[in-house]
Amino acid sequence: MTDAAPPLLQVRNLRTEFQTDAGPIRAVEGVSFDMRPGETVGIVGESGSGKSVTALSILRLLADNARIAEGSISFRGQDLATLSEEEIRRLRGGEISMIFQDPLTSLNPVLRISRQLVEGMLAHGRLNQVEALKHGIDLLARMGINAPERAVNGYPHEFSGGMRQRVMLAMGFANNPSLLIADEPTTALDVTIQAQILDLLKALNREFGTAVLLISHDLGVIASVCERVLVMYAGEVVEEGPTEDLLADPRHPYTWALLNAVPRLDREPPADKRLTAIEGVPPDSSKPMAGCRFRVRCPFAIERCTEHPDLLPVAEGRRARCWVTQGGERLLKPAAAAATAAASLTEAGRPMLELRGVVKHYPLRRDALFSTKKVVRAVDGIDLDIRRGETVGLVGESGSGKSTIARLITRIQKPTSGSIRFGEVDLATADRRVLRPLRRRIQMIFQDPYASLNPRMTVGQILAEPLRFHRLVRGEAQARVRVGELLDMVGLPVGSAERYPHEFSGGQRQRIGTARALAVEPELIIADEPISALDVNIRAQIINLFVGLQQRLGLTFLFIAHDLAVVRQVSDHIVVLYLGKVMEVAAARDLFAEPLHPYTRSLISAAPIPDAAVERRREHIRLTGEPPSPVNPPSGCRFRTRCPIAQGICAEVEPPLAELRTGHRAACHFPGQM
Amino acid sequence: MFRYLVMRVAGMAVMAVLATLVVFLIATQVPGDPVLAQLGDLQASDPQMVARYRARWGLDRPLWEQYWIFISGIFHGDFGMSISTQRPVFDDIRQYAPATVELATISFLLSILVGVPLGVLAAVRRDSWIDNVARFISLAGVSSPTFWLAFIMLALFYGGLQIAPGPGRIDLAFLPPRPVTGLYLIDAALAGDWPAWRNVAAHLILPAIVLASGTLGLITRTTRASMLEAMTQDYVRVARAKGLTERKVVLGHLLPNALIPVVTLGGLAYAVLLTGAVMTETIFSWPGLGRYTFRSAVALDFPGIMGITLIVAVVYLVINLLTDLSYALLDPRVARERAE
Repeated sequence: MTDAAPPLLQVRNLRTEFQTDAGPIRAVEGVSFDMRPGETVGIVGESGSGKSVTALSILRLLADNARIAEGSISFRGQDLATLSEEEIRRLRGGEISMIFQDPLTSLNPVLRISRQLVEGMLAHGRLNQVEALKHGIDLLARMGINAPERAVNGYPHEFSGGMRQRVMLAMGFANNPSLLIADEPTTALDVTIQAQILDLLKALNREFGTAVLLISHDLGVIASVCERVLVMYAGEVVEEGPTEDLLADPRHPYTWALLNAVPRLDREPPADKRLTAIEGVPPDSSKPMAGCRFRVRCPFAIERCTEHPDLLPVAEGRRARCWVTQGGERLLKPAAAAATAAASLTEAGRPMLELRGVVKHYPLRRDALFSTKKVVRAVDGIDLDIRRGETVGLVGESGSGKSTIARLITRIQKPTSGSIRFGEVDLATADRRVLRPLRRRIQMIFQDPYASLNPRMTVGQILAEPLRFHRLVRGEAQARVRVGELLDMVGLPVGSAERYPHEFSGGQRQRIGTARALAVEPELIIADEPISALDVNIRAQIINLFVGLQQRLGLTFLFIAHDLAVVRQVSDHIVVLYLGKVMEVAAARDLFAEPLHPYTRSLISAAPIPDAAVERRREHIRLTGEPPSPVNPPSGCRFRTRCPIAQGICAEVEPPLAELRTGHRAACHFPGQM
Repeated sequence: MFRYLVMRVAGMAVMAVLATLVVFLIATQVPGDPVLAQLGDLQASDPQMVARYRARWGLDRPLWEQYWIFISGIFHGDFGMSISTQRPVFDDIRQYAPATVELATISFLLSILVGVPLGVLAAVRRDSWIDNVARFISLAGVSSPTFWLAFIMLALFYGGLQIAPGPGRIDLAFLPPRPVTGLYLIDAALAGDWPAWRNVAAHLILPAIVLASGTLGLITRTTRASMLEAMTQDYVRVARAKGLTERKVVLGHLLPNALIPVVTLGGLAYAVLLTGAVMTETIFSWPGLGRYTFRSAVALDFPGIMGITLIVAVVYLVINLLTDLSYALLDPRVARERAE
């Protein structure tokens, strides 16, 4: 591919608007970029940055209240913005196809896979029914679906998320398109499955010469696939360039901020556990804004930033929309060494919480009247210690049992067997009377900050409710004072108390959820995927909030997440779960210095790193297949069916969780041999 | 699936028996003496007459025995004798049912064949004139009282414009077709008597519209709402991204999903139409179960009421079962659940 090849796609000065009751919102403004045939280009940005709207504008798949107000989208000489409905329809799924974020909802639940696969081919009239079905089966096989002849007769619910995304890819490639637009194609998938899908996407790009426009919020995902990247902020492209250069040496402060806000697996986290977060949130796009849109959050802002900068060349093949870097200046790395190490709060002696042999089985409905009862082995014999003042990270893919553990410790559910000692009480068997005063001491922060706040209560009421229930305040005035303190503690203005949850952004809601947990002065906080639903910068803000609160209040955290880098950033100890069993436990530093379990190694390897050079160099262990069903876990070691170094013994004998180094335990027959 | 079916049918039988028990208790415990209602003031003043009457109909036996007689009769196809018509209840029902089935079925088809397409169009062309029409029809249909609508229709099309025939199933000028199914439309067609067929069809129009108005409104509204709901789903955008025509997107992707709640409602609607035509049948002098129900109720005719109740219960149970079974056809996720 040379630069001389005519561009496949040329977007010029695209402006897409949404009509709302509050007036038009410019979701995308002045976006221009080119794609050459076969090129891989990424668009990265936070939610609301306009990246998905840009992608949807190309195929004119926008919502009814959105329209392309200005600009052109030239594809092979045709302007997609002005084509008739019929003409654009013929391009959709033909020359240009698109796949979406959530493979669970992207397939029609009541139609067979065969029908959904074939109809796109028939719509373009290149094949007849029989040929199309055969081609569809071939494509499924190419996408890595076993027994495609049988799979094609199935319904979407019979497939896992990863398999559905493979089906979506098969549909996307059905008419051999020259451009594939992938909008967050792996965001809903587990990290090992994400790695498989990204590998597949790269292979397809090479094999078919299909250009790929990849939309993602994750710089690591972009780095592992794309040659070139556009960074969007508040509807504009703020920086553009070859992925490797851009990630190594960002020339726009927003790119700089994005890169620094993400913890990286190839770097030791700083001693104070904090991330470099920029303050604030993206601007409200319904209000026109003079000057640089990033100005108010920019740590580098200068006087001139009140003027709106253009996207101008800053280096060979690179453009940035910034006055500061206009003369070719570089943005300095954030001052790292200045951080003082977080004081270790971990108390020696007996742990505050001790789980021993904890089991939770969920019964399934019987197949027939007299068949044996089947159970989902969500948690299947787990030991876990949490010491006062430390943060224990719990990582694992979906179905590993991590959220179940949270529900058992908080006794939202009762364990099937085992003990959960907290202080002098066994939570596993305690009755309601004993539990009630203990509930105050263990609090939870949830993944979805909106769903976990009652929409009909003001923030003040939400925070005051637990105070009253546990009789921690006397009277209205005292409650108000305490609510004010709590809001201040989580960095929200005192006036927030009068407002309702929907008036806040996702990050602010998570602060409210945190304040609610703190209200009753708990000792242990269980945070279940507390930042998964948030944007990169907001994640960093929330993590810093947690770290600060822990230092100030001496809190103990059980931090549950699927993102290894985040868990490593905040945790003192890390527990790696797989199919309801602990695979490995170690101090965070030791776990990453020398992962002993093949599963831990695979997880680390599968998480993409936002650095194209590092991505190229490092080893990639790709797990094949998907986690087995927790109804019928494999005999012996549960991981053996996906383990690259499994031997005969692994199927027969379950490896014990043995202490192999001081404080470092792994359940593997061949630890450290991968 | 077979297991599932057997379990459901067994459950239905239990439910049907329970229904008779409930109705039996209510009917016998309400104030009001059927003897007095039947005999009239003069005869009721003669105690001997009353006693003979009670003995004749078993009303002097203990309550449980009356119920036992009733329930064991049912298992022999004997629903007892109607006090008001002096005929076996079973024969009465057999005689009156076809008229109701015919009217209800036509009303049901009208509701579905008009309501579903109207709802679909309204959703696809949201806020257009057709959407406004659909919304008006569903609102008017649901909120017009049956007696009012029936009289207006009769006054307008029969009395005023004189383009519709009056009450009844068929004009006196025609002989009712030789009964095969009891459904006049089918019987007339079988007999090849097309003038009679046209007359029967004309007689059906007004009562069918009146009876269907409520269900038509509900079905239109539900179809529209569930189409709008389905339109927000991701797979719709995916279908468009494949380059399908709008027609294929609507009929191929949206409709199969949107119909699932409509089927639930449709089943219920048919049951309501079959069993709830009392007012319409009375106004249109329709010789169906609705009128029979009305007469039995006024006369406190226990065997008649119980027979009708049992029929109503069985109709609901059967339609409920059919609705549940049709889910499996519409939604593969349900089919799998049942198979497990």
